[in-house]
Amino acid sequence: MSHKEVKSEEQSELNITRRSVLGAGAVIAGTGIVGSQIIDPLAKTAYAAGSDAPIKIGFQAHRTGIGALYGRWYERTTNAAAKYINSIGGIAGRPIEIITEDDGTDPKRGADVVEKLATQHKVDFVFGTLFSHVVMGSAPRAGELKIPYFVVSEGYHVASGALNRYTFQPCITDVRAQISAVSGWLFNNLGKNVTLIYPDYAFGYNHRDYATAAAEKHGGKIVAKIAIPPTESSFTRYFVKIPKNTDVIYHVMVGPGVLTFVRELGEHFGPNHPQLFGFIDSLEGVNISSPGLDFLDGSYFWEAMPRYADGYDTVGSRFYRNAVGVNNSGASRSDSKDVSAYSHMFGCWETLFAIKEAVEQSGYRSKKDYSTLIETVEGFTGFNEGIAHPQGAKVFSGKTHQCYGQQFVSKVGNGKLNVIHKTSIADGMYEPETDYTKQSL
Amino acid sequence: MISWFNENGPLLFLALLDGTVTAFVLALIALGLSLVFGVMRIVNIAHGEFFMLGAVFSWFAFDLTNDPLWGFLLALVVAPALVGSIAIFSDRFILRKVKYHPESTIVATIGVLYVIQSVTLMVFGPEARAVEAPLYFRIQFPWFGYSGYKLIVAGMSAFCLLGVWVFMKRSKLGLYMRATQQDFEIAKTYGVPTQKIYASVFALGGGLAALAGVLIVPIRQADHLMGLEPLLLSFIVVIIGGLGSIRGTIVAAFIIGISDGIISVFYEPTLAKMLATLFVAMVLVLKPSGLYGEEVV
Repeated sequence: MSHKEVKSEEQSELNITRRSVLGAGAVIAGTGIVGSQIIDPLAKTAYAAGSDAPIKIGFQAHRTGIGALYGRWYERTTNAAAKYINSIGGIAGRPIEIITEDDGTDPKRGADVVEKLATQHKVDFVFGTLFSHVVMGSAPRAGELKIPYFVVSEGYHVASGALNRYTFQPCITDVRAQISAVSGWLFNNLGKNVTLIYPDYAFGYNHRDYATAAAEKHGGKIVAKIAIPPTESSFTRYFVKIPKNTDVIYHVMVGPGVLTFVRELGEHFGPNHPQLFGFIDSLEGVNISSPGLDFLDGSYFWEAMPRYADGYDTVGSRFYRNAVGVNNSGASRSDSKDVSAYSHMFGCWETLFAIKEAVEQSGYRSKKDYSTLIETVEGFTGFNEGIAHPQGAKVFSGKTHQCYGQQFVSKVGNGKLNVIHKTSIADGMYEPETDYTKQSL
Repeated sequence: MISWFNENGPLLFLALLDGTVTAFVLALIALGLSLVFGVMRIVNIAHGEFFMLGAVFSWFAFDLTNDPLWGFLLALVVAPALVGSIAIFSDRFILRKVKYHPESTIVATIGVLYVIQSVTLMVFGPEARAVEAPLYFRIQFPWFGYSGYKLIVAGMSAFCLLGVWVFMKRSKLGLYMRATQQDFEIAKTYGVPTQKIYASVFALGGGLAALAGVLIVPIRQADHLMGLEPLLLSFIVVIIGGLGSIRGTIVAAFIIGISDGIISVFYEPTLAKMLATLFVAMVLVLKPSGLYGEEVV
């Protein structure tokens, strides 16, 4: 967001500048409308007397492998969204059909799945990939096959320009935006000397780099950067590397080792510990009142969408929570031990609505209309908050193919997460570093 | 020297403490793999899954009893028994069918690995599930705190290792196992029921892995992919120690555990893993039978 990041004249002329963002924020606040070309996605359209074939959407799911927990909830959310979209008349009058293939949370298989969906199942679009290394492995194939690829990931890979014109991330914010949004609050409220603990691969490096940049901006200092290999199962030995002058431990961990991580942190420090600020990725799918997590009491978490219903009570979020079968505590309504990936899975719901809008606005009928569809999406400037976008309004950059949105900070207390701060969309915005619209189709 | 200790003493202490706990648990997991190779001459790729099943059964026991202590005691009895039964079943209907042929058993146990992993994913689900420790307390040292339960785990592992040692040296079944290990044909000629011994060894190996799973799960949760890391570490330990040698397995577990602790604390954990792998390569080149292994004819 700082003006230092504006590297060229060309960039300073980009659509999304600080001023336009603030403007957009004002529009959201004032009228609840972002952009002029957005139609009401919920307007009921009748099927054209059964004459239209379904719109086929290939869902690249992490059913197995390290992403399986997220994958299960992505699948439930996707199916719930498809069911609802069909109940209100489908997409441009055509029913939606989801075709799911497991990629094993594996980049190589991810590329194969994209190809299989495109060439064998002949889907219209591919969607739903989460883990960043799988996105990195799969997106090039989507680009080669020239099929629109809508990911629901978090890494900075889409907006960085590393991917291609066919890849979009319209409905979930990236790590850079998340950090930019919450870091001001973190450095001003919790402390200036921060130790970063992050996974030793691309997703973790995004955290390391943008948290370091944010520290400079807000007068904070990163006193140590501790990278942990993703397969690690014991963490005590890393904690001795945390400097004594640390005010805040900023942690983001994913995978099954997370609970151990938190527990061992508690064992190591005892009651006199630095402040803890974590990314909820660490605890997606994990019950906050799990044994050994008492140590988190009083610590802080970033959430993209509050897990507990009382933290964000809007008509849209209530409708969505009900539709995906999640109770007020963020667990499955049929099994209270089955905790959801609530801060991520909304992206699947919202992305299907973004696809719906893209198809309906571009007049897409078949694969020959891909160019028009892509140009239509690139013309989007955002989405309204509502049933289609329950997490909140989004600002969308056609150049980076990436959206920006609001973020939440929650504090753990009484065995639950309590929202204590909500950022504006503008807090998370930064100057685009790429322009996919200049690539050929 | 003294100033070095003042500064780094606590770190060294932590490294030794953490390394010792790692070593005991590692020895317990690797021992089953070592026994199976020693007696049956097969490489059990599914060994890590037996460990995982122990942890998963432990979660079910905890869920069923809803009490950490009773759940733990139940799991301590039931998990090794169940996993042992699965091992006997695998031996009877898979390994025996491929006549314990070395290459075939590797492929067959890879199959067993996938079957166990997928069934667990279907029944247990993809998430990591926490199991409460039967006894939980935190030990506060002057410089840092440490989990009391981890020390209990180390103690119980040591007790189990001792138990296996005594069993192998003192019991009739242990004698049969050692006889089969030394010479299958002669043991058979002398009336050792080698087929039953094979099944027992495979069950014992699986049971020990499951026991380790039960002990470790309150420290690190149960999930369906947790078998891979202990499998790799067990291979490292067993190759260094010498296949089939109990003493070798324990010594190698300590070499790996303590060096891992010290290198991780003073340098980088990744470096510790690299050095362990390098050490394995050197053992394979310089002393292929391992530190205490019998010479391969």
